[in-house]
Amino acid sequence: SEGRLVDEEFLEQLFARLIRTDMGNGPAEEIRDEIATRFRGRVVHFEEVLDSITQQVQTMLEQQAAPLNLSGKPTVILVVGVNGSGKTTSIGKLAYFLHNSGKKVMLGAGDTFRAAAVQQLTIWSERIGCDIVTGASGADPASVAFQTIEKAIEMQSDVAIIDTAGRLQTQTKLMQELDKIRRVVGKKIEDAPHEVLLVLDSTAGQNALSQAKGFSEVAGCTGIVLAKLDGSARGGVILPIRKQFQLPVKFVGLGEGIEDIAEFDAKSFAHALFAD
Amino acid sequence: MFDSLSEGLQSAFKSLRGKGKLTEGNMRDGLEIVRKSLLEADVSYPVVQDFMGHVTERALGKRVLLSLRPHEELVSIVHSELVSLLGPVDSSLHLRKEGPTIIMLCGLQGSGKTTTCGKLAQLLKEENIKATLVAADLQRPAAIEQLHVIGRQLDVPVYSEPQNKNPVEVCQNGVAKAKADGARVVILDTAGRLAIDEELMAELSRIDKKVAPDQVYLVVDGMTGQDAVNSADAFNKSLELDGVIMTKLDGDARGGALLSVKHVTGVPIKFMGTGEHMDALEPFRPEGMAGRILQM
Ligand SMILES: Nc1nc2c(ncn2[C@@H]2O[C@H](COP(=O)(O)OP(=O)(O)OP(=O)(O)O)[C@@H](O)[C@H]2O)c(=O)[nH]1
Ligand SMILES: Nc1nc2c(ncn2[C@@H]2O[C@H](COP(=O)(O)OP(=O)(O)OP(=O)(O)O)[C@@H](O)[C@H]2O)c(=O)[nH]1
Ligand SMILES: [K+]
Ligand SMILES: [Mg+2]
Ligand SMILES: [Mg+2]
Repeated sequence: SEGRLVDEEFLEQLFARLIRTDMGNGPAEEIRDEIATRFRGRVVHFEEVLDSITQQVQTMLEQQAAPLNLSGKPTVILVVGVNGSGKTTSIGKLAYFLHNSGKKVMLGAGDTFRAAAVQQLTIWSERIGCDIVTGASGADPASVAFQTIEKAIEMQSDVAIIDTAGRLQTQTKLMQELDKIRRVVGKKIEDAPHEVLLVLDSTAGQNALSQAKGFSEVAGCTGIVLAKLDGSARGGVILPIRKQFQLPVKFVGLGEGIEDIAEFDAKSFAHALFAD
Repeated sequence: MFDSLSEGLQSAFKSLRGKGKLTEGNMRDGLEIVRKSLLEADVSYPVVQDFMGHVTERALGKRVLLSLRPHEELVSIVHSELVSLLGPVDSSLHLRKEGPTIIMLCGLQGSGKTTTCGKLAQLLKEENIKATLVAADLQRPAAIEQLHVIGRQLDVPVYSEPQNKNPVEVCQNGVAKAKADGARVVILDTAGRLAIDEELMAELSRIDKKVAPDQVYLVVDGMTGQDAVNSADAFNKSLELDGVIMTKLDGDARGGALLSVKHVTGVPIKFMGTGEHMDALEPFRPEGMAGRILQM
């Protein structure tokens, strides 16, 4: 093709492509304006411009690469997030991932609130063939977390992963419960929890920023699991989240199957962001 | 940015003085603020563009006292346009006079379908209408058990066939059983699926064809972003939706995806989910939702 003049129409079309990723107004305007400054009035190929933006996004996300901190004995991973984002499923897949890499994993069914949440995680533990600690429905999640750690120490597990009930970041009382779990876990093992993973739904829009803020403030998140990236949603909201809260994405969820999880790869993420 | 759309618009119109008409020129900054606000609220881009077209058309040529708060004129046009697009109100379940009414819930993974099945059963129970829940999610681990827990909590019967792998059969058998038991409403809880998952979308169409539900509702997460147009469109094409329920509106999500969903499906918005408890379901009110989307 012959290329196109970078004019208002071109820039608006670019803006639409950026917005579609859920990166939000601010970042989309910033990128559009930068392209305008560099290329306005010139003839370029739309796809080349997108390629160059893809490169920038990739570089920006690569700087944040951060592998899972597995230094604890055992390592304690707390998993938090809003309702239905994919926490329990991500735990199942992550546990399998770690189990396959030779780690001994203990699961803690810290969601004692939602209907059949314990059964759901129990099924995952059976699929993986790993241990699980469960409490009664309605039990104090902090005490389930505590028992999980005790059991993990006793069984000499390498990693304990604790599930929590979904909650909205605006529910102050429920958010405080996460702080309590943190403190209880920290009393038993110094430096624990070693990871607090915030599970975000890839279909989420700008509210994910509020989620990142709310959960980071109370639960001290160390990274993100971006679930449901196998759909048509792009998960671009992690760009402003990275910028504002320095939270790296550690894993992406790519389906409901036990193997459908991958370590975050900036290159493939950036490419999928603007793919047709 | 501004705390509210109103404040932003006030400042955009600051320079206008005297009497006159709203023109494209003097509204440009104001319209841009509205557009940004809608995008921040997660209304999908093509829907925003369309909406801005309507608003501009309605506002153009409006005689306003420019010295007297022209921003209020624009806010009111935007608000009323939103209300009219989100409406009309219809939170009726359109129950049949005879025989059971079948309601099917569908949607993306984790949007709140199973919980909403329980909430609908609770709503009917309050009106002394007998409902049966059918566990047709054979995918998610413990989905059947989840529905049973909810059924026990509400004292509403739940039909399930743990060994059957065919959701079409489970739905058919569930409806037959509910009929025999004299239930007036049957609510089908289906598995969450991605709109691009052709196999699972085809399965949903098969249930739709074989069981012929009277009402098919799409359950949409209130925190959904730009992709709402694509998923709603795909569900509507496979199923011919009869209504939409938006969940998780008890948080601080602005819920702009609802405008996207309404735009592509055209079906009424029935209810809003405002909590995890079984009584946290409210009939949809466009005025409140418009204010929420505009954050005013
Ligand atoms: N397609 C797809 N579905 C997923 C993925 N991760 C989770 N899901 C599905 O999303 C739904 C919700 O997942 P859960 O793991 O139960 O989510 P949760 O955050 O634990 O939910 P609550 O505990 O109720 O807050 C389930 O149907 C999962 O199978 C993913 O990466 N891709
Ligand atoms: N805060 C809040 N949570 C809700 C609402 N509706 C549902 N939930 C929660 O959202 C999570 C997912 O709800 P489910 O009913 O399991 O969702 P689903 O669509 O059946 O999920 P899948 O069957 O896995 O696709 C659960 O934690 C529910 O308690 C709501 O209106 N507000
Ligand atoms: K969701
Ligand atoms: Mg869970
Ligand atoms: Mg369900």
